[in-house]
Amino acid sequence: MPVAAPLLLSALMFSCGVYGVLARRHGVMLLIAVELMITAANVNLIVFSQLLRDQLGNIVALFIIAVTAAEVGIGIAIVMLLYRQRSTVAVDDLRLMKW
Amino acid sequence: MMTAGIRQLAWLVPVLPLSAFFLIVFVGKKLPGKGAEIGITFTGIAFVLGLLCFREATTQHNIVERSLTWIRFGGFSLQLGIRVDSLASMMFVVVGLVSVLMQIYSLGYMKGDVRYTWYYAAVNLFTGSMLVLVISNNLLQLLVGWELVGICSYLLIGHWYEEKENSSAAIKAFITTRFGDLGFEIGVILLFVAARTFNIGQIEAKVAAHAISPTLVTVGALLLFAGAVGKSAQFPLHVWLPDAMAGPTPVSALIHAATMVTAGVYMIARIYPLFSASHVALQVIGIIASITMLLAAILACVQRDIKRVLAYSTVSQLGYMMAAMSVGAATAGVFHLWTHAFFKALLFLGSGSVIHAVHSNDMFEMGGLRKFMPVTYVTFLIGSLALAGVPPFAGFWSKDEIVAASYTSGNHLVFFAALITAFLTAFYVGRALTLTFAGRYRRMPIAGAATDDHDHGHHGLPHESPRSMTAPLVILAVLSVVGGLVGTPIHNIFAEWIPIPGAEHGFVLGIMVLSIVIALSGLGLAYAMYARAPYGFGVIDPLERLGPLYRAATNRFYIDDFYMKVFVRPIQYGVSKFVYKVVDQEIIDGAVNAAASGTVLLGKAVRETDERGVDGVVNGFAWITNNASFALRRIQSGNVQGYAAGLFVGVVILAAVLFLRGGM
Repeated sequence: MPVAAPLLLSALMFSCGVYGVLARRHGVMLLIAVELMITAANVNLIVFSQLLRDQLGNIVALFIIAVTAAEVGIGIAIVMLLYRQRSTVAVDDLRLMKW
Repeated sequence: MMTAGIRQLAWLVPVLPLSAFFLIVFVGKKLPGKGAEIGITFTGIAFVLGLLCFREATTQHNIVERSLTWIRFGGFSLQLGIRVDSLASMMFVVVGLVSVLMQIYSLGYMKGDVRYTWYYAAVNLFTGSMLVLVISNNLLQLLVGWELVGICSYLLIGHWYEEKENSSAAIKAFITTRFGDLGFEIGVILLFVAARTFNIGQIEAKVAAHAISPTLVTVGALLLFAGAVGKSAQFPLHVWLPDAMAGPTPVSALIHAATMVTAGVYMIARIYPLFSASHVALQVIGIIASITMLLAAILACVQRDIKRVLAYSTVSQLGYMMAAMSVGAATAGVFHLWTHAFFKALLFLGSGSVIHAVHSNDMFEMGGLRKFMPVTYVTFLIGSLALAGVPPFAGFWSKDEIVAASYTSGNHLVFFAALITAFLTAFYVGRALTLTFAGRYRRMPIAGAATDDHDHGHHGLPHESPRSMTAPLVILAVLSVVGGLVGTPIHNIFAEWIPIPGAEHGFVLGIMVLSIVIALSGLGLAYAMYARAPYGFGVIDPLERLGPLYRAATNRFYIDDFYMKVFVRPIQYGVSKFVYKVVDQEIIDGAVNAAASGTVLLGKAVRETDERGVDGVVNGFAWITNNASFALRRIQSGNVQGYAAGLFVGVVILAAVLFLRGGM
């Protein structure tokens, strides 16, 4: 099975996620970018699971999908509350925890 | 050798009085008898034990020796031991008996004394120390007892230390004997180096086997003798003993008649083979003893103080004992020690009784006491006759044995010194006896006149002392009669009891007759001169007609003055002043002050270091931390993306490092 193609896809997805996390200001976009990175990791897990004929990778990927769903739920809730409190979700405006 | 006899328990003899000392010190004051009962009981038991030891030792004729290790240094150990033979057990009897009797006597004599309990404690410590010395089987332990005896004599002579004179006498006794002790200590060390042991028996064996060079034997013997010169008050260190009369009279009886002063004689008898191996040492002892007995006898003749007569008499009699040692008649010397202990203790206690009644020490203020104090008179008379050497009293036999031994030994110096001393002894004894008890009481007509003694409220006639004081006198008087009968030339049991090797026994009938004649003529002359001593105060001694000799004698032949000028004053005004002015004030105070200023300077320097250095470092760290945190807190921007960027960069760097190291 050709491994390079799915790994390249996964690398591209991860890079996009990193870019999103570093460059985008919108909170929801940030969450989406984080989600992209996690999915890239999931792809890797599945690829190596197939390659090594070991189902552990698939199982871990399934767990991660479930945990990520919960995490996104909390993330969206935080963003919503931020918006209600501050009327903005631009992360570079949220600097309350600076020195 | 190790028969299971009473002597296995002999170690109790010194231990009992020593434990009595501690008991009296700690609980004595709370007891009804203020500690006296402890002292008398314990010393009494020790005396009885000593008596049993003596009986066993004289029947078994052996030596019981036991030791236990005291201190161990590497391959060598110091022993603590006992050596109980007839000589040591005889000393138990003498020391124990005199100590018990003087303690009973002190019940009356010391009644109401300020330091009554302490007095009994010190007496018991003294008795115990003397017994430690006596029982010792090695020279080092003997030295321990020797020094303890010295310090106890200091304590007891200075018992009434409130008066300067008494404390001075105590210091004089202590320091004078130290001169001799120094020699003794060097001698003990020398003998140890030569014989590699302190044990008396082993040293004796080595001397007998000629394992020690004759020179060392002589030097060692002479150094030990130096100690005896100090302790037994021989010329030229005899000066302390007459002054030691400042102590309470019973103490004089114990220390300066029967026990401590005999320590030197005992020590020589104890290790006699060492002395008899050295002809030179014996000759030196003979010369010193002759000078001592003559000098002291002459001085005794001119004393006005009854106790001083007895003190000089003691010095003189100790000279006799030493003389016996020097002519090879050690048994005769020990025999004289034995009889002398009884009659001299008796005389001291008798004089105490007299002083107690008259409240004066001056014999020229007494007289006629025969009528007032019959018991004291009779016992004192017996003691005097024993001292003068009139048969059949104790002193006659022992003194005659010494005179005869010196005659047969051919040592003319000792022989003539002994004869002249015998005459002088009889004379001063007669003088003391006559002045004190004969004639009429001289004190009465001038009662109330200003006198230099403690004549407080003494208006009546002298009266006999209480029974606690007269009972010991009677016991000692009996012993002064029968004590000598064990050593008569007819059957000398004493010499069988205590055979000291090297001793020769001489008996010459002519000498015996001669010494009786001498004794009686001395007594007679004294009676003739003093029986009609003038009435009243300020009596002139008929001896004053001797002029310069009398003046020299009353000034103790200027020996004390000589010591005062040559040793005491230079030390007092020269050395002491130098020590005070230069050593103490300049050097020691200078050093102390320098140390103080040094400390202050050091303190200042430390403070500077502390404030600038240590505080600086501490503050510096605080400052650095403070400033660094101001700089570093900029990192905490609050911008989450900034943090994420940092995280990412970090991961990239780590990945690059791992990749470059080829770990992948």
